[in-house]
Amino acid sequence: MIDLNTIWFLLVGVLIIGYAILDGFDLGVGVIQLFTKDEKERQININAVGPVWDGNEVWLLTGGGALFAAFPVVYATVFSGFYLAFMLLLFFLIFRAVSFEFRKFSETAEAKKKWDMAFAIGSTVPALLYGVAIGNIMKGLPIEIVDGKVVSKITFLGLLNPFAILIGLTGFAMFVMQGAIYLTMKTEGAHQEKVIKWANGGWIAFVALYVISTIATLFVAPHLFQGILNNILFWTVFLLLLAGIIYTPIGLKSKKYGWTFLASSVTIAAVIGLLAISLYPNLVPSSIDLEKFSLTIYNASSSQYTLKTMLIIALIGMPVVIGYTIFIYRVFKGKVIITKDSY
Amino acid sequence: MDPLLLARLQFALTVGFHFLFPPLTIGLAWMLVIIEAIGWKKKDEIYAKIGKFFGKVLGLIFAVGVATGIVMEFQFGTNWSEYSKFVGDVFGAPLAAEGVFAFFLESTFLGLYIFGRERVSKGVHWFSILMVAVGSTISAFWILVANSWQQTPAGYVIQNNRAELVDFWAAVFNPSTLPRFFHTFGASLISGSFLMTGVAAYWLIRNKHVEIAKRAINFSIIFGLIASLLELFPFGHEHAKQVAKTQPEKFAAIQGLYKTQEGAPLAIFAIPGTKPPKLHFPVEIPGLLSWLAFGDINAEIKGINEFPPDEIPPLWLTFVSYHNMVVLGLYFIFVTALAAYFIKKKTLYEKKKFLKVLLWSTPLPLIACQLGWIAAEVGRQPWIVYKLMKTRDAVSITVGAGELLFSIIMFVLIYILLLSIFLSLLFRWIKKGPEPLTGEVAQ
Repeated sequence: MIDLNTIWFLLVGVLIIGYAILDGFDLGVGVIQLFTKDEKERQININAVGPVWDGNEVWLLTGGGALFAAFPVVYATVFSGFYLAFMLLLFFLIFRAVSFEFRKFSETAEAKKKWDMAFAIGSTVPALLYGVAIGNIMKGLPIEIVDGKVVSKITFLGLLNPFAILIGLTGFAMFVMQGAIYLTMKTEGAHQEKVIKWANGGWIAFVALYVISTIATLFVAPHLFQGILNNILFWTVFLLLLAGIIYTPIGLKSKKYGWTFLASSVTIAAVIGLLAISLYPNLVPSSIDLEKFSLTIYNASSSQYTLKTMLIIALIGMPVVIGYTIFIYRVFKGKVIITKDSY
Repeated sequence: MDPLLLARLQFALTVGFHFLFPPLTIGLAWMLVIIEAIGWKKKDEIYAKIGKFFGKVLGLIFAVGVATGIVMEFQFGTNWSEYSKFVGDVFGAPLAAEGVFAFFLESTFLGLYIFGRERVSKGVHWFSILMVAVGSTISAFWILVANSWQQTPAGYVIQNNRAELVDFWAAVFNPSTLPRFFHTFGASLISGSFLMTGVAAYWLIRNKHVEIAKRAINFSIIFGLIASLLELFPFGHEHAKQVAKTQPEKFAAIQGLYKTQEGAPLAIFAIPGTKPPKLHFPVEIPGLLSWLAFGDINAEIKGINEFPPDEIPPLWLTFVSYHNMVVLGLYFIFVTALAAYFIKKKTLYEKKKFLKVLLWSTPLPLIACQLGWIAAEVGRQPWIVYKLMKTRDAVSITVGAGELLFSIIMFVLIYILLLSIFLSLLFRWIKKGPEPLTGEVAQ
């Protein structure tokens, strides 16, 4: 029988995966926006994500809320430990969030371009920072437990280590791949040709960086490989990852963009899934003493009653959310059409 | 500098700024639910144009609300980590529920409402604004559950060095949740109505879009009058009664009752002095406070002198913010009632001076919201959770004054920039006005 703590480990994982797949593509579109010179193409890019980006970002907010409710010690320790980095992230997310509407209300091409850039930079920096944060967690954070209290010695500069930056770049490439593949479904003609190139380039960069990251992890965070190689679940997810990675360029070549998007989404889910399996039951490994001080799904969790209550809330709420999210995506399916209501 | 003070300043700043937008969103969304329904069902072109115009305004307001709201979801962890660890077992649940039941709903359907006008049927389009209104209201409910639990905690026990949830419904419907929710909801409706009134008054003053402006102002004045009346009674009255019962220190502070009295007077006006606490130039109605709070003009109400000096909130700020909120609340009733009277007399549209008053009243409900919130939150001090945890024990120990100063300066600069851009875009949109009437209804 799986215990409640494990279920919540899975649910937080699902929220992170949902966020990485959905906001992942609009972060990726933002990165591509940074390099898109043609005004018309920029307008199509931003309108490709316009109606849905806000719902996508809610996965992050709900993930934060779920982490607070299920594992408050992790929420408190990591977010206060990453203080400056987190404030930097918020800075970019704030400007990204207003860029869509502010663009629409702007009248001159110049002002619109400014907000395109706010969207682009506001996507590019977070797309990098998420991986940097994950890299630091993989490596382990300098935390210890003194008299039952978690004490962290995280410094801002300590977060900017080569391994974390490598993971940051890997995540970045993953988001670019996802964003470009999303755009293949939304664009036509020469514009589509360009985003296909982005998708292929993103795929190559992601695969290369993922291999390098995996090798680096063997040295920097060997604890992540302990006891998983004989875990059947690990190999199942690994096969999914392989399938997603292999199909992506094939799908692009045969112009099956919807399937390619699915493959890329499976890839993202598998990447996060593999990491989750490697971490379990740790949430935040301690670099001071892995055995004694790591935050786990048991020592960092809420009470069983709260976990149970929250599970009921999730079981009632999330199917409805997924239902109307699918409905909205169906409404806005197909190529971008610019109307009076567009950005 | 004191990190505690800086952390409090940052929280006040970021919530205060964020709180300018959700009340407008909620109020405007509910008005649009009615307006879009009339435009759709009665094929009324004027209402359809009002809906279209203010629908765009809603999108703009919502965007800034989202942008500033992201900060709130994480700030408990970044700045109040000791608090988060101590209450996470109880306090995290409403925040997560807000995400699951509200944020997804309002954000997803807002996309459909804004972009779907030409993509989905009128019925589905109307349903989308209904879901935005419902979602933003549910959002207010859950965040006020969390806030009310800080004011009147319930449904928990203290064990394992933290507050643990034992009764979810008792925590959700703690003694102050419903009074606080209705009071805030009423304030949101007033805020939305005054925005529409202000915009329509502006058009009328300038003789622009007159047909549309008349219909808009008729609607928003009636909406605002009903909301303002409800806000005083029962919403405001019930909330005050609940505070008197559950947080007597706060009640004494906001009412300026410094000595325990039977037949306590209601201070209509006074200038509070602090050392010793005393009301200067008070205008009081004897017995009224006792009657309002407990239904008996002779009831005894505890004054500030009853409580330990280290457990009373700041007296000046609570008294001043609460009283100014009440004055504004009464003003809203007065001004909307007068406007409704002029509408009935068919003279409102000619009264340019009065229309100017309405125009300049646009931001006042938002100021009342801020004042009410200051009274509520400062009135809870020195506690972060009433009688359970002091604010000074709740702050992140790992975050230093330098880091806080950096983030405060960052937020101040961002918010000044956001506000000025937001206002300039909004003003330009209002100046531009709605699409002209064509005599036909778009299908």
